[in-house]
Amino acid sequence: MIELKGIVKRYVLGEETVLALAGVDLFIGRNEYVALIGPSGSGKSTLMNILGCLDSPTEGQYILNGRDTSSLRDDELAAVRNREIGFVFQSFHLLPRQTALQNVMQPLMYRRMPAAERRERAERALAGVGLGDRLDHRPNQLSGGQRQRVAVARALVGEPSILLADEPTGNLDSRTSAEIMALFDALHGAGQTVVVVTHEPDIAAHTRRTIRVLDGRIVEDRPNTARAA
Amino acid sequence: MNALGEAFRAALASLNAHRLRSFLTTLGILIGTMAVIAVVSVLQGFSDSIRDQFSDLGSNSLTLDAVNDQENFRTGRINRLDFEDIDALRYRVPGVKEVAPIIAANLGAVTWRSRNVTPQILGATEEAQVVLGTATRQGRFLTASDDQGGRRVVVIGVDVRDELKMPKDPIGEFLLIGREWFKVVGVLEKRGEIFGFSQDNRVMIPFSVARSLTGTFDKPFMEVSFTVDDISQVAQVKARATRVIRASRNIQPGAEDDFEIQAADSFLKQFNQITATATAVLAGIVGISLLVGGIGIMNIMLVSVTERTREIGILKALGATRRDILTQFLLEAALLSLLGGLIGIVLGLLVGMGIAAAIPNFPPANVPIWVMLAAAGFSALVGVVFGIAPASKAASLDPIEALRYE
Repeated sequence: MIELKGIVKRYVLGEETVLALAGVDLFIGRNEYVALIGPSGSGKSTLMNILGCLDSPTEGQYILNGRDTSSLRDDELAAVRNREIGFVFQSFHLLPRQTALQNVMQPLMYRRMPAAERRERAERALAGVGLGDRLDHRPNQLSGGQRQRVAVARALVGEPSILLADEPTGNLDSRTSAEIMALFDALHGAGQTVVVVTHEPDIAAHTRRTIRVLDGRIVEDRPNTARAA
Repeated sequence: MNALGEAFRAALASLNAHRLRSFLTTLGILIGTMAVIAVVSVLQGFSDSIRDQFSDLGSNSLTLDAVNDQENFRTGRINRLDFEDIDALRYRVPGVKEVAPIIAANLGAVTWRSRNVTPQILGATEEAQVVLGTATRQGRFLTASDDQGGRRVVVIGVDVRDELKMPKDPIGEFLLIGREWFKVVGVLEKRGEIFGFSQDNRVMIPFSVARSLTGTFDKPFMEVSFTVDDISQVAQVKARATRVIRASRNIQPGAEDDFEIQAADSFLKQFNQITATATAVLAGIVGISLLVGGIGIMNIMLVSVTERTREIGILKALGATRRDILTQFLLEAALLSLLGGLIGIVLGLLVGMGIAAAIPNFPPANVPIWVMLAAAGFSALVGVVFGIAPASKAASLDPIEALRYE
């Protein structure tokens, strides 16, 4: 359902042109659990931005659920992000002045969904990540792990095709990291397609497939046989 | 509707998050609106009271008087009405009902016992009571037989009675006006002040008496008020009267009128014009202050957009379109400005009432509802107009850059 064909991304920085992605072909099917790894500057972030429809490729085709997104306009990309992608960020990126519930309701507002239905779905999503009793807490009243779980609930509330997590455990201690990864494992088990961008091998080891990016190319794409505890 | 309500709540919440800043930002709008409401309320109260005083003059009454240009004043050849003009108006213009000529009689001081005053001395006929609405409070007004008989009788204003220290009921007392004795037959109803000039410092004597006593002057100053039989015929009667008076004054065809016939309500029209002009000038000044307030809002909204760059990035990642972001920030700017406007309206009303109460004899302040609505609407509009630049800056942020913003 995700298909990248000959994706090239060039940035113009002053007089220099930076080639961030030098022709990437990739297929990720439904209910896959994928780790995207690579050192910083490898083009991994650019690849993630394109997968998340935050950015458009310079060349090539990105077909998401049978639809070519390479030529979509800004607002059409926004609609695709809203319906197909659920983002989880390293530093959580919750709206600080809003409660957990309001944060989770936010993406549904852009679908012009009635408030009652939004509320009901957001409550369900928060209960699903074990925060059913923290609905009216603001981010600063929650721990790091709880904040990241609110973010996961927000990513999932719109029932996206892909859960796209960018270093989801980067700001968490190892115990909380394990909790979050266990949550991802469970979501994958329930049929969710999950893509995790990371540079930590033990996080990547949770997944079923590892894609290594280096110098704007995919240099390794292998299934994970052994699973870390 | 629901989504809009939610957007309102979100905008209020974000203004509330920086209460002091929001308040200071909207202070410009607040002060501008307060100024306009205060000034309009005072001006409006003033003009309402003027209008009430003029409404005594019925709208079916017209006035005839001579007009003079600067050249006349410079050379001293002042146009005045002739007694023939009054007769012409009275007898030769069909449709004219009552004619009430007034002579300004310069007879000098009015004396009672050892005191004297110099009020306005007017010669008038019985018709003045109807045409000009000069009613008497005590005694009677001048009658036709006073006029025909040339009786030395006088109707006095309350100020004259009081300044001469006459008894409360002065009927039957004798006053010396110039070198003639007059018997007081009535006291005029109190009229109050217009533009600070007392309307009660006057005495009225029969027209014929005034005419004979001012006979030494070639032409006394006269003004004629008259009514028409049928109020719907005012324009026709006016045209007819103009023709007759031109003939009576021997004005050659093609020459301009040296007199003027006006409906009583044309005073009101002129006055309304003056208020309208004053209001327009004020609106201009206030417009400038709202412009300055708007620039303040634009400035702080730009700061706010920069501060919230990351938040905007998050919203875009969650699927907010340019329009969603634009609406959110425009709404915030409009709400900020509208709140300032609403507070300004309330304060302006209080200030206006305070001013009216502080000045003695000043009419109470009054603001038409539509002015308040317009002020509120205009302040919201200022917010929208000056919110456009910051809001479109926010809307056009690149989500990746915005998310990376520290």
